Amino acid sequence: MPKPDCRQLLAELSSYLEGEASPELCREIERHLAGCPNCQAVVDTLGKTISLYHTLPEEDVPDEARRRLWRVLHLDLPPR
Amino acid sequence: MTAHNGEAVDEQALIARAQQGDAQALAAIVENHQRTVYNVALRMCGNPHDAEETLQETFLSAIKALPKFEGRSQLSTWLYRIASNACLMQRRRQAAGADMTSLDDGEEERDEFDPPKYFVDWSVRPDDVLLDGELRSVMEDAIAQLPEALRIVFIWRDLEGLSTAETAEVLGISEGAVKVRLHRARLQLRELLSHYYAESRAGSRTGGPADAKA
Repeated sequence: MPKPDCRQLLAELSSYLEGEASPELCREIERHLAGCPNCQAVVDTLGKTISLYHTLPEEDVPDEARRRLWRVLHLDLPPR
Repeated sequence: MTAHNGEAVDEQALIARAQQGDAQALAAIVENHQRTVYNVALRMCGNPHDAEETLQETFLSAIKALPKFEGRSQLSTWLYRIASNACLMQRRRQAAGADMTSLDDGEEERDEFDPPKYFVDWSVRPDDVLLDGELRSVMEDAIAQLPEALRIVFIWRDLEGLSTAETAEVLGISEGAVKVRLHRARLQLRELLSHYYAESRAGSRTGGPADAKA
């Protein structure tokens, strides 16, 4: 990303992907992307990165840890 | 009364009972939030043992402080702030004297971003994360490589789905700082995933750092 345009664009990519950028800024970004395959690849893979992480599953609190937590808090463990 | 107001009234009643020491109300609060606190702690601490300690400390502190809770913020925001502090305390103990970043570390407020090194495009399917254990482990390792001040913002915003305003309140930083840190975290994760995809393509080195000079 040697061009200054690319550096400026980089700072705006999250707001662009989240639809928070102004219409003018969007037009400016899209004009740049049309002529800059490197930035286009960064935008595409940044979007994919965000989507991938949105689907990252969470863990249940392990049974033993849950039991110990409720014991420490002096509360009755409810059934799962 | 709207459903939203109804929920707020329910929450106020629950808090009022919990503040009187009602065990059922306390249990409901713990039950509602333990999973979130555990997952945030697991990703901040990087291991189940420290995550469990953080989980216990969060709720012990919260129950102790509950009589002083004045309802100026939502209960979840208040709890998540306690959890965030507990995570950072746990990390400090882990580091045992090593230099740690703090959440108000101004360094991360720079609005310049490191230039990308990888320009390879890669494709993913929506269920890749669920099906591909290796990808999941690469993604978890990538989170662990983020500096703490970025990691905790990323976890609350992109993994737990808090808004920018909620994340700012939970972490006691400005909304501007949340946005900058989130963007910086995402860019770093993009680099790490791009590196993984570039390396995992058998025999292919196109699109890696060598091509970045073009």
